Amino acid sequence: MEQFLTSLLGDTIWVHIIMGALPLVFILPYALVTIYLEMKIAAHMQDRLAYMRTGWHGTLQPFADILKLLQKEDTIPTAADKILFLLSPYIVFTGTYAAFAVLPFSKAYIGSDLNIGVFYIVAVSSLVVVGLLMAGWASNNKWSLFGALRSAAQIVSYEIPSAFAILAVIMITGTMSLNSISDFQSSGIQNWLIFGGPFPMGKKLLLFPFMLIMFVIYYVASMAEVNRTPFDIPEAESELVQGYNTEFSGMKFAMFYLSEYANLFVVSAIVTVLFFGGWASPFGTFMSGPGWDAFWFITKGMFFVCVNIWLRWTLPRLRVDQLMYVSWKVLTPFALFCVLAIGLIVVW
Amino acid sequence: MSEIITTPATSSTGRTLRTEEMILNMGPQHPATHGVLRLELVVDGEIVVDVIPHIGYLHRCFEKHCEHMTNYQQVIPYTDRMDYVASMTNEFGYVVAAERLLKIQVPERVEYIRVIMAELQRIASHLIAIGTYGIDIGAFTPFLYCFRDREKILDLFEMTCGARLLYNYMWVGGLSHDIPPDFIPKAKEFCAYFKPNIKELNDLLTYNEIFVKRTANVGVLPADVAINYGCSGPMLRGSGVDWDLRRDDPYSVYHKFEWDVCVGKGEMGTVGDCWDRHIVRAREMEQSVRIIEQALAQIPEGDVHAAIPKRIRPNPGEVYARIESPRGELGYYIVSDGSATPYRIKARSPAFSNLSVINEISKGAMIADMVAIAGSIDIVLGEVDR
Repeated sequence: MEQFLTSLLGDTIWVHIIMGALPLVFILPYALVTIYLEMKIAAHMQDRLAYMRTGWHGTLQPFADILKLLQKEDTIPTAADKILFLLSPYIVFTGTYAAFAVLPFSKAYIGSDLNIGVFYIVAVSSLVVVGLLMAGWASNNKWSLFGALRSAAQIVSYEIPSAFAILAVIMITGTMSLNSISDFQSSGIQNWLIFGGPFPMGKKLLLFPFMLIMFVIYYVASMAEVNRTPFDIPEAESELVQGYNTEFSGMKFAMFYLSEYANLFVVSAIVTVLFFGGWASPFGTFMSGPGWDAFWFITKGMFFVCVNIWLRWTLPRLRVDQLMYVSWKVLTPFALFCVLAIGLIVVW
Repeated sequence: MSEIITTPATSSTGRTLRTEEMILNMGPQHPATHGVLRLELVVDGEIVVDVIPHIGYLHRCFEKHCEHMTNYQQVIPYTDRMDYVASMTNEFGYVVAAERLLKIQVPERVEYIRVIMAELQRIASHLIAIGTYGIDIGAFTPFLYCFRDREKILDLFEMTCGARLLYNYMWVGGLSHDIPPDFIPKAKEFCAYFKPNIKELNDLLTYNEIFVKRTANVGVLPADVAINYGCSGPMLRGSGVDWDLRRDDPYSVYHKFEWDVCVGKGEMGTVGDCWDRHIVRAREMEQSVRIIEQALAQIPEGDVHAAIPKRIRPNPGEVYARIESPRGELGYYIVSDGSATPYRIKARSPAFSNLSVINEISKGAMIADMVAIAGSIDIVLGEVDR
């Protein structure tokens, strides 16, 4: 993609600007679709219809919501720390947006094929924590502060099991580039890492249970990282009244909202790349190619987004100490054990 | 419960660091306080050190208003507005008290209809309690399932008296209307429809692992404390005390039906924890369905207006009558001076007494537990403040 643009425009700054803006082309329609999907899935789980009046089956409602948010008064509490307050939504969004740089949407399109892609994502998505802490602190609201502190503790603790899960995949594939990890699993569903990767049968069977556990660990940890139920403790509406984003309104609130949904796709995309073949078609060479690759990548990603929505509207919320318990006493030991086991299998 | 650090820590520059307790206002505008309750929390980090409930945001001088009505019947719409999610039982308590004061015997059909309405109301009220409790714990979906079923009960009420929330249906000596002809088949239909839904609700919420983790062993209310604070209803039965006014101080025609009093047994944790209070409500709904089914089968014919007095002038005297409302012992103390208006009415509201115990049971809990505890008490501020 970058080469194509360079050949078109020459080696100018415009190439980088276009490359940098491309994920937005995805995020904005994706957010609209997901907001709509979330409302509709939730409604059908709850035996109701959700919005039905704006457009056919309420399809225009996300646009109406955005229009509403644009018109809202942009309030800044008088007691707030103004600079941090203004800055925080953008820092949160930057952290999420930066992760899109290394997502391999297709073999032909990846923002930047970093050789440390996964590592980069783990690092850059931690920026979100800084933004959330800033938001909570700057609001000068005790409830927001609670939300921010909880979210910092939560995201930091859950990064550990999720990093272990990523480590297991890196041990098997021997690369940190997300494009290469996807490439490693191409040529059919049987080669996906969740089913043991492209190895001889015996090794596959040995790897399969551990990869399954790793997948579950990563998925649970990723739900915690995006603050979704049952881990929505930082914004727990019935406890903390939306937590860190209580005081935000209008477009600043929309930025939090957008980055939450974008982040949801990032973690789903990482699950896809690490365990479900990334852009690789499940039928080997059938239905593959740059366009199909993007189709498979987004379909798989959206599947996990929908699973997340499904869980959100089914489960109650954990308590802070129980959340820590799950991370440190359940996920981390299991992840450590699996890393050991997978390491032994790979070496053998 | 965590230990509070008493020795001050020192920073790298040698300055003494200390931690302070923070005062956090939960309410009056807070989604978990179910109305306009203000809980002043003294917190040490996430741990609640002290809770001071502040009430009175919804005080409407119910008792004083009653002294200025032109007659006894006019008090009934006011009672509706006390516990606004269980208006039928509020009326029930008042009319029972007024009838005892007047010494009137109401026709049997009236008693049966009152019991059916009160039990339907109990189901509707418990559905709200359970549904909103789910929201407090973070599960949104059971709430809408509860409201879907409550809607059917409200439809039955609407069919009977035209109102869906504040009914003014039970009058001193009778009822405002007889039930319409298709009420009985519709109510039977509802019972058949509702029974499997209780199981569905329990599967989705009550036995959910996370829900159990959040509510079991949280806010444990021992039986002696519950009795000392005057707790009643599911709050008291959740603590394992087998006490239900419908059986232990019978009024109306409850003695004619077969049903069980549900008590908390500490199945998931300790007796008297939030989960026990929740399961008592869930099981009471099954018992209410049993009572309704029996009442529908036995209901006699008759005139519901027969015993309504033209003019109510009780002899000077006083009466205290109590009934089992969805929240507990709802009592009315009425003093008559022989005139057409009550001299004094005092309502003994179960939610008020139940709420008073919150400080006792939530010390050392976490903020998230506060929400679980406040939700399990099932307060209705209209009744706490009156």
